[in-house]
Amino acid sequence: MTLKIEEVRNIAHLARLQINDSDVEQYTNELSKILAVFEQMKTHDTTDILPMAHPMDATQRLRPDVVNETNQRDKFQAIAPDIEQFLYRVPKVIE
Amino acid sequence: MMSGWETVIGLEIHAQLATSSKIFSGASTAYGAEPNTQACAVDLGLPGVLPVLNVEAVKMAIKFGVAIGAEIGKRSVFDRKNYFYPDSPKGYQISQLDLPIVGVGSINIQLEQGETKVIGVTRAHLEEDAGKSLHEEFAAHTGIDLNRAGTPLLEIVSDPDMRSAKEAVAYARKIHTLVRYLEICDGNMQEGSFRCDANVSVRPKGQGELGTRAELKNINSFRFLERAINYEVERQIELIEDGGRVVQETRLYDSDKHETRSMRSKEEANDYRYFPDPDLLPVLVSDEEIEAIRQTLPELPEQKCHRYINELGLSDYNADLLTSSREVADYFEQALAFAPGLSNLLVNWILGELSGALNKSDLDIQSSPISAEMLTHMLQRIADNTISGKIAKEVFEAMWLGEGTADEIIESRGLKQITDTGAIELLIDQVISANPNQVAEFQAGKEKMLGFFVGQIMKQSKGKANPGQVNQLLLDKLKSL
Amino acid sequence: MTTTIKQLQQGLAEKQFSSVEITQDYLNKINQHNTDINCFISVTDELALQQAVVADIALAKGTGSVLTGIPIAHKDIFCTDGVKTSCASKMLDNFIAPYNATVIEKFNRSGTVMLGKTNMDEFAMGSSNENSYYGSVANPWDFSRVPGGSSGGSAAAVAARLAPGATGTDTGGSIRQPAALCGITGIKPTYGRVSRYGIVAFGSSLEQAGPFAHTAEDCALLLQSMSGFDPRDSTSVDQPVPNFSDNLNNDIAGLKIGLPKEFFADGLNPDVAKVIESAIAEFRKLGAEIVDISLPNMGLSIPVYYVVAPAECSSNLSRMDGVRFGHQCENPVDLEDLYKRSRSEGFGEEVKRRIMIGTYALSAGYYDAYYLKAQQLRRLIKQDYVKAFEQVDVILCPTTPEIAFKRGEKIGDPVSMYLQDIYTLSLNLAGLPGMSIPAGFSQSMPVGLQLIGNYFEESRILNAAHKFQQATDWHLQVPEVK
Repeated sequence: MTLKIEEVRNIAHLARLQINDSDVEQYTNELSKILAVFEQMKTHDTTDILPMAHPMDATQRLRPDVVNETNQRDKFQAIAPDIEQFLYRVPKVIE
Repeated sequence: MMSGWETVIGLEIHAQLATSSKIFSGASTAYGAEPNTQACAVDLGLPGVLPVLNVEAVKMAIKFGVAIGAEIGKRSVFDRKNYFYPDSPKGYQISQLDLPIVGVGSINIQLEQGETKVIGVTRAHLEEDAGKSLHEEFAAHTGIDLNRAGTPLLEIVSDPDMRSAKEAVAYARKIHTLVRYLEICDGNMQEGSFRCDANVSVRPKGQGELGTRAELKNINSFRFLERAINYEVERQIELIEDGGRVVQETRLYDSDKHETRSMRSKEEANDYRYFPDPDLLPVLVSDEEIEAIRQTLPELPEQKCHRYINELGLSDYNADLLTSSREVADYFEQALAFAPGLSNLLVNWILGELSGALNKSDLDIQSSPISAEMLTHMLQRIADNTISGKIAKEVFEAMWLGEGTADEIIESRGLKQITDTGAIELLIDQVISANPNQVAEFQAGKEKMLGFFVGQIMKQSKGKANPGQVNQLLLDKLKSL
Repeated sequence: MTTTIKQLQQGLAEKQFSSVEITQDYLNKINQHNTDINCFISVTDELALQQAVVADIALAKGTGSVLTGIPIAHKDIFCTDGVKTSCASKMLDNFIAPYNATVIEKFNRSGTVMLGKTNMDEFAMGSSNENSYYGSVANPWDFSRVPGGSSGGSAAAVAARLAPGATGTDTGGSIRQPAALCGITGIKPTYGRVSRYGIVAFGSSLEQAGPFAHTAEDCALLLQSMSGFDPRDSTSVDQPVPNFSDNLNNDIAGLKIGLPKEFFADGLNPDVAKVIESAIAEFRKLGAEIVDISLPNMGLSIPVYYVVAPAECSSNLSRMDGVRFGHQCENPVDLEDLYKRSRSEGFGEEVKRRIMIGTYALSAGYYDAYYLKAQQLRRLIKQDYVKAFEQVDVILCPTTPEIAFKRGEKIGDPVSMYLQDIYTLSLNLAGLPGMSIPAGFSQSMPVGLQLIGNYFEESRILNAAHKFQQATDWHLQVPEVK
């Protein structure tokens, strides 16, 4: 299963990763090799087998509707790269 | 609406659920807090944090499902919707895709001609709200406030069953009333707790296949909903008739220009790569739990409306108005409990004077300075002739300003109606003898002079003479002259 | 010389030394050897000594617990409040965690002393600790070889006697494999036994935190402290935690030990196989009954794991976007630039590769063939184990197919690196507990033996391991660290 360079660029975009033109071919080769390993799965028949997203058959615990978090804005914003007027700043987004 | 074309509308409504804490964390959901003071580690999507599901959000969703007669998803799953946007801190939104908590249900709406139309609800699912992007704060930057991130949302998806903007608004209003009745959402569209997105497409009449739809966003009132849909329908028809094709896209409604515009930077085909969230387990709900929730349902708006019409004899119009808000209906019923025979008076005064006063002071009925009990006592004084309807307005205003109960005000201001025949006859005599010319005119055939005499008598009595008695006794007197 | 936690505990109780003394001792050793081994990213000496002082006070008052005053190291994947938590990544090089992971909270309550944060493969992705922003880690037995990964730093620290115990996380073998390559004991508990809250997530449905130490007995003590239901983790299991130390000395005569034939086939180095055979003979001497079993779908572990884990991580790492914490690129021109450059500058090559693979496996058109298919096969793998445990009590196999390989040998070939985990991956897919114990040597390098237990039966495998360690002394061998 070989990936096309265009597919690799598309995946990189979806994942918000930048791949230089000089690296894209290497990426494509490496990823293709990994995908080749996935081909082994095809030979197994899995009709009627339920997919298993969790290793145990557990169900979700429900938490009571109680406010138990306090305002820790200072602590959390102390580690942020760009704060202004207590807001997280990013380059302007035009909608 | 140009003939030959049919409009197809589906609505996606996001209702913020009225829980105290967020859907996956224990931070507060209270509106209006200082920026980023209600965004805990989980809401910020810090490395290592994990979501835990709020029981109340689940209950509220089930409540809604039961109220619309929907199947409840006994096993529902949370999925991650992956996309990058600064108001979505984890880089994915936790939502539900294939196994939502609420399945197929329906809502009835009243059409203009009075018929009922059934609008299908495809599903309703739980998901988390994003934060807020503020574009006005900085020149070259956008500021992100994550207080809202993690607030529980119930996304209610309708079937594409609506065929006009009016139908869409009727549906939206019905859902709005319902979620407020159920106390699962405060329905405040200005604050963003109730958001309507409309999927609009057109097709030639008779065509089975749906046309390409546009999704309209940024609509925060029912009026704008109607306008936005109407604008969009016209735009699409014109576009097609001019030889163009409708593009599947998201369009924002501009409430100043009253038009919809394409969202510039939005990716058209966003691959969300949904997969079950490994940090959350499937939610199991039992029949017993669903039944227990069903038992807690209040009388729903539709049932209540029918009861008002059939049992209390209210008009469709009045019943509809009274039941459009649970608080108003509750007030009405509370008042009625004090005086079951006064329903007509109550209807008139609640929909009339009380509504007017509340609107003017920008209050809702729960904050009314005049309680149901107080209003009822005043109306009883009308019914037992202690005061006239006109005087009652004065009493109402005084009660509104906190002067006391109806009886206290009537007493202190001496507003009791004069019903004593002798006293009224005395007043009539006084007025007749003071106005011989007008008497002559009346005797000459001018019936209208009655109004003059009544006016004078009312003036003399400072409005307290019982109008009915005045009319009767005056006529008798004049005839006997 | 091997000093176990048990011995340290006794020494503290008998006032042979203080926590401050032993802490200083370990800090000195770290100072001496870390440049060569590079197993610590951060050494928290001031904090450690503060904690040691507090511990000594508690010990004097008699209010200490069984681990009070014991110095341990933590893999740099656990959020430690006020202390750098880097996950060995440039992305989090400047990240001072603003809260404690539940595991750290629990250790704090137990009164342990934190020596520092250990090196690892970036974001737990790797089997050799060569994928670290802070440089690779040396295997204390042979500096030219890898210590294993992703918890290479913790394993090397314990093996080099720079800490008597350390924590790690295991998503596909990242505790067991480095334990094997470094000649120490490490255990991954049943999924849900230990809280994941505060552990920077890689493969959410696969990973568990667990301890490294020199003995099963020590691991039992550490695991006890780490385990327990956590309301902050929805996948945390609300089941009582047995006392793992209680049954260590149980006689294992009659214990049914299964040998899966698929784990003793091609790909297993013959020398390693010999060591394991000898170990099996030891178990026979202890009275265990050896049973041949089959886990027919184990071969699928690699493709299944390498779809599921990257899929989950591609999503888990989306939060690393340079906005609220971590590395942000300089002068971003627009939002897309901010994301792409911050992430591309912050993440290393292996991490980027796995994000790409995961994104691909989840993308439209491929979800069914890859992600969905993998989760279906995952159920088959689990079913193999469920069937096997109807026949046997414990499963035994080699932890790795070969001894620690040379640094640089496999780094250019991702697939051959992935094959290192062939015997460990399936447990994570099934959620079963597993541990690795030293079983001998091959070419002077340690060989690890893996014991796999049924769900929530950590006590059982700890027991088997303990009995083995009472009858052998592989676990007491010390590398010569100059």
